[in-house]
Amino acid sequence: MALTGIEIFKLLPKTNCKECGDPTCLAFAMKLAAGKAELSLCPYVSEEAKAQLEAASTPPIRPVTMGVGDRALKVGGETVMFRHEKRFDNPPGFAILISDTMDEAEVNARLERFQLEYERVGLILRPELVAIKCESGDAGKFAGLVDKVKQESDCSIILMSDNPDILAAGLKACADRKPLLYAATEENAERVAGLAKESSCSIAAKAPGLEKLAELTTKLTEAGVNDIVLDSGSRTLRKAFEDQVIIRSAPLTKQFRPLGFPTIVFPCEMTNDPMKEAVIASVFVAKYAGIIVLSDFQGESLFPLLVERLNIYTDPQRPLATTEGIYEINNPDENSPVLVTSNFSLTYFIVSGEMENSKVPSYLLVKDTEGLSVMTAWAAGKFVADAIGPFVKKSGIEDKVKHRKLVIPGYAAAESGGLEEELPGWEILVGPREGSLIPAYLKTWNP
Amino acid sequence: MAFEIPKISYSGKVREVVLGTGDKAITVGGEAVYPFYLFEGEMPRLPRIAMEVWDMQPDGWPEAALEPFAGVTDDPVAWAKKCIDDYGAEMIALQLISTDPNGLNRPAEEAAAIVKKVADAIDVPLIVWGTANHDEDTEVFRIVAEQCQGKQLTIGPVEEADHKRIGAAAIGYKHTVGASTPIDINLAKQLNILLGNLGVSDEQIMMDPTVSGIGYGIEYCYSVMERIRMAALTQQDEKLQFPIICNLAKEVWKTKEAGLPTEEDPKLGDVKKRGILLEAMSATVLLLAGGDVLVMRHPEAIRLVKEIIAELSAEQ
Repeated sequence: MALTGIEIFKLLPKTNCKECGDPTCLAFAMKLAAGKAELSLCPYVSEEAKAQLEAASTPPIRPVTMGVGDRALKVGGETVMFRHEKRFDNPPGFAILISDTMDEAEVNARLERFQLEYERVGLILRPELVAIKCESGDAGKFAGLVDKVKQESDCSIILMSDNPDILAAGLKACADRKPLLYAATEENAERVAGLAKESSCSIAAKAPGLEKLAELTTKLTEAGVNDIVLDSGSRTLRKAFEDQVIIRSAPLTKQFRPLGFPTIVFPCEMTNDPMKEAVIASVFVAKYAGIIVLSDFQGESLFPLLVERLNIYTDPQRPLATTEGIYEINNPDENSPVLVTSNFSLTYFIVSGEMENSKVPSYLLVKDTEGLSVMTAWAAGKFVADAIGPFVKKSGIEDKVKHRKLVIPGYAAAESGGLEEELPGWEILVGPREGSLIPAYLKTWNP
Repeated sequence: MAFEIPKISYSGKVREVVLGTGDKAITVGGEAVYPFYLFEGEMPRLPRIAMEVWDMQPDGWPEAALEPFAGVTDDPVAWAKKCIDDYGAEMIALQLISTDPNGLNRPAEEAAAIVKKVADAIDVPLIVWGTANHDEDTEVFRIVAEQCQGKQLTIGPVEEADHKRIGAAAIGYKHTVGASTPIDINLAKQLNILLGNLGVSDEQIMMDPTVSGIGYGIEYCYSVMERIRMAALTQQDEKLQFPIICNLAKEVWKTKEAGLPTEEDPKLGDVKKRGILLEAMSATVLLLAGGDVLVMRHPEAIRLVKEIIAELSAEQ
């Protein structure tokens, strides 16, 4: 487990030579503990101390990166079992399966669906991976498909075959994409490890059960491969779920390094029902998977999964916020009502959703409240007359509407007097307290 | 390689609560491990699903959610029976939407009469859920509790402001309360303490931590539920050792994404399947956080979640 600054300090030379760039060894130790400095900056640290520090500073679950560029995926590196303890850092990647026995039209359709993406709270939600599976047994055919995928998509790639020759052929076609090689098994470990080392790619280790898996990863790390993703081989939901929990907890609670890697799961091999497959995938988003391979992507299942992932991997200490500004809902015009609210993303979603439901064309002014909800922001002085007033003025809404009526949330009713002073010429109307009452309110609104 | 599976040492257990009476009564709770951590211990009572029925014709439901109940949505009794007879509902959750003062504002006596009719027409456990308007809920539950004496209903939401009045009715006529707090472990504990002080027995309490669906803050309730379970199972916090009820269908199906027609945003896929999956996935996330009773709507989403529960707990 990670050492504290003081524990690290005890292992340093304590000469305060400053060659690391810090004024004292203690300061350097503190930086090391915070992960803000590298031990190699100290020229005098003893070999023994180095070994001890490296062992302690290695993350219990290794972060593994695959792919390159925008769709590169980093998984693993997690340090807790529960998200309220500290945020989950590296969201699982979603992969769509493409086989070399599919016809070209199907392959093309899947590559097109891989491009599905969604905008939410200013973020782009999209999948990262294409898993290319060799089912033909034909290395040339497989390599051809890999090449096609690489040419036509910027995806990260998983190469799937038990046969090292076939993996080698696929790898040759996309080595510069840094694919994940799936999979090294007890039988082929040496050769697949060789491929991974030559190309500095990551590797998936597959073995039946956790003990065998730990043996396999030990073999791989001894062969010099460290970027490993784990497949425990379980394809029933109960066993796969338990494996995810154990693979997360063994390195974190027992410092058991052979399982200290991210995982890969295959909902696509656990059912033939696409709806059920999606729900199974939702289990693994919450419970610890590193990569989730789906038989296909469809908007109705990919979208909820991507949003679930966003939710679970949100920093619990920092609320998601929406950008400040004017949001136009249902094509408003110069006579449409103007509402103002806070920029807590949930507030925004609920208020804008209800406004859309109302079908009434309207403007929503979203004031930056540092992600606080209306009531909290009001109590904290961030959603009060002298903050809202200047915001409304500079928002540009006065150029968009002829009337001068502003609807404020019911919970900020106390600000209406102050706002009329801040915004001369404006009439301040107090709207409902609950989002669900907005449609009824808007339907009665007159300019 | 010698590998010892790491196990958490649990020191507490969730209490068991009996819902309903007779052959169809259902016991929930009793788990001694985190949800579905069955390699560590027991979960003797698996989570259950209550099917939602509204006490008035729903307004604004997406087509997909109405379709399975075509012809009965204006009659709560027929609706509840359809859930049981056609969709195998093990429990019914009657939502008292009609009493909302900002809506239909139906008088308490009339609303209570409907509850009584539904309660008499079915033999599975009945959950009755108000609008969280304290005066309305108090008034309705005062009548309902008495008229449905002996049926061991679950009545909620019981909040701090109305816990004395509704709690007293529950004690008097032996119903279970759904103790509801706004996504906060400390408030949840506080309300349980207050209910205990009032005399509500430990076998009469379920907790409603306030839930929402995917995309609408599910991460907040997820973490609060995880923390509640952690306190209950590993920190012997007796005042949090209650089963958790998740009234989620209403929250999921009212979101924009659950009903946005396919043609308005083709990237979001088929609207019917999307609504079902949003409900099923939201339910699944809540199950993993500790949900014991899920209030759900779409029969297809319910089928999916039942299969997930069965497979997560399958013998191996």
